[in-house]
Amino acid sequence: MDPTKHALVPKHTKVSEKEKQDLLDTYGITLRELPRILIKDPGLGKLDVKEGDVVKVIRSSPTAGETVFFRRVVAA
Amino acid sequence: MKPELKQYADKLNKKLLDQLEEVPSSKLSKVAKTIVEEFESAQVDAGEAVGLICAESIGEQGTQMTLDTFHFAGVAEMNVTMGLPRLIEILDGRKLIKTPMMEIFLKSPYNKGKDVRDLARKLKATKVGDLVKEYSMNIAELKLQLTMDEEKMKIWGVTPAGLSKAISKGVKAKVKMEGNVVDVKLKDDSDLSALYSLRGTINELQAAGIKGISQVLTVERGEEFIIITSGTNLKKVLELDFVDGERTTTNDLYEIAKVLGIEAARQAIINEVDRVIDAQGLSIDTRHVLLVADTMTVSGSIKGITRYGVVSEKSSVLARASFETPIKHLINATLAGERDPLNSVVENVMLNQLIPVGTGLPKLNMEKK
Repeated sequence: MDPTKHALVPKHTKVSEKEKQDLLDTYGITLRELPRILIKDPGLGKLDVKEGDVVKVIRSSPTAGETVFFRRVVAA
Repeated sequence: MKPELKQYADKLNKKLLDQLEEVPSSKLSKVAKTIVEEFESAQVDAGEAVGLICAESIGEQGTQMTLDTFHFAGVAEMNVTMGLPRLIEILDGRKLIKTPMMEIFLKSPYNKGKDVRDLARKLKATKVGDLVKEYSMNIAELKLQLTMDEEKMKIWGVTPAGLSKAISKGVKAKVKMEGNVVDVKLKDDSDLSALYSLRGTINELQAAGIKGISQVLTVERGEEFIIITSGTNLKKVLELDFVDGERTTTNDLYEIAKVLGIEAARQAIINEVDRVIDAQGLSIDTRHVLLVADTMTVSGSIKGITRYGVVSEKSSVLARASFETPIKHLINATLAGERDPLNSVVENVMLNQLIPVGTGLPKLNMEKK
């Protein structure tokens, strides 16, 4: 059973280094201030991520239709 | 997307953009301009104390809820914690919930009612003790003889081979099966008390089904049949081939976080809170619920709104101390030599300073000429 196919799990994608820098610049924050996701999180599926990467989550939202959310990959 | 809409892509959300898609091109720029204006004025201002408004909005509705679960006599529905107790359970992030429950959706053709009852029975964890008709103990030979109820075994889908395997796996003894009679023989040098405790051990062994699922119920919902269980085991249930693995869920948030990930847990928190609120006939703006769910899941695992959960994540010593158990926090902070930069609300209230909320947030920068 593939957890990423479940209705509760939104789409996770890896963010490139350039996009990552753009994101931090837009919000004027450091990487440490981003919400976190564990590296062993089943929602990541087969994504090739390592510690310090940023994951983009495209959620469906009842108010905005669709929203994006970013999480920093952490070991524990 | 229409080319004229491109310029609004980062100003509006998807829902509004989709609606703008239907506006004829001639009127588009005028309509879009008005919508952007309205949208921006409707957004929350910087520095607004959203957390406080969220707490009040949920808390006020909470006072209107029924304080305890109702019990319905003779109704073939399971007793599920609802109302305030359930809301508290969700928001506290309790690991052990009062009534764990699953909603199992089925693949076609089973969802149209084919063999639903049999499938449901297959799920229920059946103990060996539930299937025994008669026990007899032979003290001289250190032997326990179980006479099984063949009818019950058939109903719960337990095969003789499966049964003897389950027993021999669970106890250190020789298991022999003949017809519906199982002989369990202990080693010759065993203690007599071992024989007495053997019966209890065997009774508790699982003969069939999925561990943790104690009750099953088939329910027709809308056009299809689903199975509702009390007790949950999401991982094992999702592995079954007749289960629709895309929609099957549980109300145990930690299990969802473990099997499906933190984002799924966030969505599950929202769904569960909404369900409680709807069932009580109340309404809370979803945005408040979204904020709570986001707060509970920022750290990558579920944190309840308690002193062990989100409060312990706060960086400020004084903010933590102001919630519960102040002495503990102050002593630990002293031992660790913590610093408090006084960046947030509570610590500044304590020190009678301007709080960084609303108009207290912006600072004035003077330019020297």
